Amino acid sequence: MDNKLIIAKSEPLWNTNNRVVFLISSLIILLFALPLFGLNSFYLHLFIMIFMHAVMAQSWNVIAGFSGQISLGHGAFFGIGAYATSFFYIEYGISPWISMPFGILVSGFFAILIGIPMLRLSGHYFAIATLLIGISFQVVFQRWDLVGAASGLWVPMTSEDSWSALQFHSSKVSYYYIFLVFFIITFFIVWLLSRSKLGYRLRAVRDDPQAALSLCINVSNYKIIAYVISAMIMAPMGSLFAQYILIIDPDRVFNIEISIIVLLITVLGGIGNVWGPIIGASILIPISEYSRIYLGGTGGAVDLILYGLILMIICIFRPDGLISFVPKDILERKKQR
Amino acid sequence: MTSEIILQAIVTGLMMGLIYALIAAGLSLIFGLMEIVNFAHGEHLMLSMFSSFWLWSLFGLDPIFSIPITILLMAFCGIITHYFLIRYILKAKMLIQICATFGLSIFIRSIAQLLWTPDFRNVDKPLLEGRLEIGSVFIGQPQLIASLVCLVAFIGLYLFVTKTETGLALQATAQDRHAAEILGIPSNKMFAIGWAIGLGCVGVAGGMMANYFFIFTDVGINFALFAFVAVALGGFGSIIGCLYAGVIIGLVESLGGLLIDPSFKLLYVFAIYLLVVIYRPQGLFGRY
Repeated sequence: MDNKLIIAKSEPLWNTNNRVVFLISSLIILLFALPLFGLNSFYLHLFIMIFMHAVMAQSWNVIAGFSGQISLGHGAFFGIGAYATSFFYIEYGISPWISMPFGILVSGFFAILIGIPMLRLSGHYFAIATLLIGISFQVVFQRWDLVGAASGLWVPMTSEDSWSALQFHSSKVSYYYIFLVFFIITFFIVWLLSRSKLGYRLRAVRDDPQAALSLCINVSNYKIIAYVISAMIMAPMGSLFAQYILIIDPDRVFNIEISIIVLLITVLGGIGNVWGPIIGASILIPISEYSRIYLGGTGGAVDLILYGLILMIICIFRPDGLISFVPKDILERKKQR
Repeated sequence: MTSEIILQAIVTGLMMGLIYALIAAGLSLIFGLMEIVNFAHGEHLMLSMFSSFWLWSLFGLDPIFSIPITILLMAFCGIITHYFLIRYILKAKMLIQICATFGLSIFIRSIAQLLWTPDFRNVDKPLLEGRLEIGSVFIGQPQLIASLVCLVAFIGLYLFVTKTETGLALQATAQDRHAAEILGIPSNKMFAIGWAIGLGCVGVAGGMMANYFFIFTDVGINFALFAFVAVALGGFGSIIGCLYAGVIIGLVESLGGLLIDPSFKLLYVFAIYLLVVIYRPQGLFGRY
């Protein structure tokens, strides 16, 4: 159990180690400056994928890492976000910037709808239920004619780059900055969450629901709050992804692989830690992209074999993820006297 | 909608249900023993179907005769799984246990995809073919034999667990592994036996289904989902609960497909799962 729980009391949110401030700010400046060095489009794509997956894993981290509920169907919220923007853009020509918040709200609404009956379940029951939910969404969208059934939606291409339609064909740099901004915003949201009272309560719920209950923490309400936050972080990534590749279908955006990869990234990096998903994504995504380039093309799922293997090895040897290699005092707040 | 069609659906559902029951029993045995849900259960089923297929395709052995070999192979696979993966995560957090078996499932499935490609295969001209006609109901012979074999295997499993000394030792370990160890029951060995038997059950089901089912690398996913549901429905760790739950799921699947819309079969089963775990979280025959 976390000893921090016992000493947790309200302290200034920004009472942060100078080293962490330095680390974060230099990282942000570096990432903003990176395209100026003339990266080619492959590296831009690589970074975009890292940002996207880091945010998705961060979303999973909120429900699984902070509140301890293992969702195996998180791809559902990704798909909702993707369909929300694409559908309204194709049918009514509504800008993705307007439909994205709508997708976020729908996603949150579904999280409440799913969460109220399911988050009373615990452990394995919840994991199996979410696995079923992820697949149910895929089944329903495969047969829903209004949204293109199994063939999916094709977003019509604009003739030139357009910020309102969120399409950039000449260069990926704009996409890079959009994903980067979302990445940074999400990082700060989750960072603040992890240090707020809400974060401490969620961890109390995770570590000992009975004790949390005895401290007047409404366990199932807090689980639902975490689930909704997590779903709302996931949805905009679906929207941006749909605008990035311009074609979505149920097998792509509701694929169980999405639910797997967010789990894998978080567990690899370190679950329940704000830095975990970032470390996980920046290691796993390059491995997966490069293995696809050099080992793929034979019809084999080499990157999936690697995922499975890495997941098992991490679980056996480093259950706390790669973050546990980093000495604790670097990332912790200043010691209180 | 005539009564014959409904009767036909009930018979089909019953036969499928017995197979689900045996698959779920393997899962339930493992869960009862060490509180680990084997998320790779569907992939183990896929492996057993492929073992049956390759024995037929390479050595000309009919799936009916290769059942003992398939069972042995799957039991061996279970012991390997326990030895190389499960024994390291026995004391880990639940999250890590789920992730580890989930990782195993991805690993097995993708390896199979790499080795055997995602093509659909089937056993051509097995010994069991054709169908029986009883009144107005048609019963496929391989399906009938498969469900009967599964029922016999299920009864055998139940008798083994409740009547033999090893079975009682398994139950003792499931109840309290430390107390069992004090009484001289090595829990590590019991876990290995549990995995061997659990996957042996899957071997029976997979081997029998190879007679009439398409064999492909993703075949296990749906069966595993139904097995999870059956285990939760019957109560985690209750073996006899799996029989009832499996039959219920088989009936819901085939009747729902007939009466409403066959493309949403999964959703009906899912709805049953939700209803049961919300109103009776310990399942129909749960222990607690």
